[in-house]
Amino acid sequence: MSVTPLIEMKNIQKRFGGVHAVEDVSINLYPGEVVGILGHNGAGKSCLMKMLAGAMELDSGEILVNGQSVTINNPRDSRDLGIETIYQSLALADNLNAPANLFLGRELLTAMGTLDDSRMEVATRKVMHRLNPNFSNITDPVRSMSGGQRQVVAIGRAIYFNAKILVMDEPTAALGPSETAMVTDLTKQLKSEGIGIFLISHDMHDVFELCDRVMVMKNGRNVGAFHIDEVTPDDILSLIIIGKLPEDWQPRNQ
Amino acid sequence: MTNKNTAVTKSENALSRLIKASELDTRMLAMVGILVTVWLGLNLATDGIFLTARNLYNLSVQSSVVGIMATGMVLVIVARHIDLSVGSIVGFTGMMIAWLQVEMFPVTAAWNWPFTVVIGLLLGAVIGTLQGYWIAYKAIPAFVVTLGGLLIYRGAAFMVTDGRTVAPMNTDYQLLGGGINGSIGATWSSVLGIIAIFFVALLMYRSHKNRINHGFPAKPMAIQLALFLISVALILGFVWVMNSYNKPRSDIARGIPIPVLILIIVVIAMTMLTKLTRFGRYVFAIGGNPEAAELSGIDVKKVTMIIFALMGLLCGIAAVITTARLNAGVNSMGLMIELSVIAAAVIGGTSLNGGSGSITGAILGAVIMQSLENGMVLLGAGSAERQIIIGLVLIAAVWFDTLYKAKQR
Repeated sequence: MSVTPLIEMKNIQKRFGGVHAVEDVSINLYPGEVVGILGHNGAGKSCLMKMLAGAMELDSGEILVNGQSVTINNPRDSRDLGIETIYQSLALADNLNAPANLFLGRELLTAMGTLDDSRMEVATRKVMHRLNPNFSNITDPVRSMSGGQRQVVAIGRAIYFNAKILVMDEPTAALGPSETAMVTDLTKQLKSEGIGIFLISHDMHDVFELCDRVMVMKNGRNVGAFHIDEVTPDDILSLIIIGKLPEDWQPRNQ
Repeated sequence: MTNKNTAVTKSENALSRLIKASELDTRMLAMVGILVTVWLGLNLATDGIFLTARNLYNLSVQSSVVGIMATGMVLVIVARHIDLSVGSIVGFTGMMIAWLQVEMFPVTAAWNWPFTVVIGLLLGAVIGTLQGYWIAYKAIPAFVVTLGGLLIYRGAAFMVTDGRTVAPMNTDYQLLGGGINGSIGATWSSVLGIIAIFFVALLMYRSHKNRINHGFPAKPMAIQLALFLISVALILGFVWVMNSYNKPRSDIARGIPIPVLILIIVVIAMTMLTKLTRFGRYVFAIGGNPEAAELSGIDVKKVTMIIFALMGLLCGIAAVITTARLNAGVNSMGLMIELSVIAAAVIGGTSLNGGSGSITGAILGAVIMQSLENGMVLLGAGSAERQIIIGLVLIAAVWFDTLYKAKQR
């Protein structure tokens, strides 16, 4: 491909004591592409993404953003590179309301340098309305919101700041059917806007509906990376569970 | 979702709807209720001595030291830490101020007292920063660092003069303690009261206009007016009481004591810091979810260190008032005051689980604590009985917090 990848992660290693959490994994991501990262719990998916988000330091390996080698030491570095992450834990401060969470670390200020809560509330209403028109209680602490609403706040935070690269760690795990559909539509829309998305998911339906490519991890290693039309859900399950494709496997699109 | 909300609103009674429309904190209202009950109860028990201008004047001066420190303790506890060393920091910085002012520099020189005040405040801030550094960057629990500090600075306070008391202080400096001349007189008190009323009106008007401009529903006019009138009544009432207490053997009114003036300035500054700045927002975010704060790009370590630096600075201010009021430096200054300060913050609604608390609440907490102390002294209770009561009140306050939290979920 002639296009420069948005992200190239090369030979990434991460160890905790004697455990290889991520071992020699390479992966890239192009604009307008959704790449699924699959595997069992503890396979190293979240760990790999945390290194991209700056929540964890890598032991060795290289990360390139738009072809430039970068060092990501903390979440701020990652955000400055246009990478936004929706964590599985959502990473919300429960005691604060939706606007405070959405703008946490990037507050809008008045000319006098004080917090501009009104402007943040107006902006939050707009984003929330786009995601979920029924969202009314945005000035309540997020503690008192439903799982779906909390998820919407976390997603809103990622899309508000015009991310170029989005990391979604099980974005629909806490959601009901209608909210899941909303996230699916949103993902497609962001993709059409040229945003590159890493999607961690256990939901085969989501994966086959959204992803262009998939990578399966097992025990910290990449056990297979494919275009989505080369594999079936059963192939992927086989990779997830035993780390191998069926004996008689051939690319399914040929 | 929306349907459920309207159903809930309908079932609420008129009073709670009124409270909701005024956007006042129910918890804060409960505290005001407790304060009023305590005052009326003590007034009955003391045959009307408690609610005299003289006693309320003393109560306000007594509350100012604990109140000033409690505003800092709120931030410390909100961020899920604790500071046990505040009493010892008051002791040490107070001794340093007294020793420098009386024994090192010419005590009557005009530059002496402002200079030693600045040194005292800086010293408090430096001690706080050092403790904050160990807590934030070396990951030693605040409990351990400040328990160490409690011993270290109490020992240091003794070593400044080998336990000797240093007195008397500079005569101008003594005014900061709110003694016989340490208040601003009736005229200035009234002027300040009127300025405060204008200020409240301005703030309410701006907030109202801001809501309209952003298309948010405005508070009902009747409630706004009621809130304004209550504020005016409180301000005028306070000034009137302070102006009703005369200097001994004269009819010259005292007016607002200087320590209370310092407390008011500290409260305004700390409230602005917590409500209007990024720093304040980050303190609450850290208390709510430290991991989320870190992932949001907040420099959690730096914010933590600044919190303790601020606590140290406030201890310095408290040390100034204490030495000025005692007219001496005594190495036992601030002994056990950490407990009153923590109790004031907790009684004032600061949750020991972190993430919630308010400056105004802490001041109410400090006044409730001091009212109990003051009332018990009037009733002739010894320090042993007072300690027992304060201990029980502290447990009850945390119990109340637990109940309140359980009800919220």
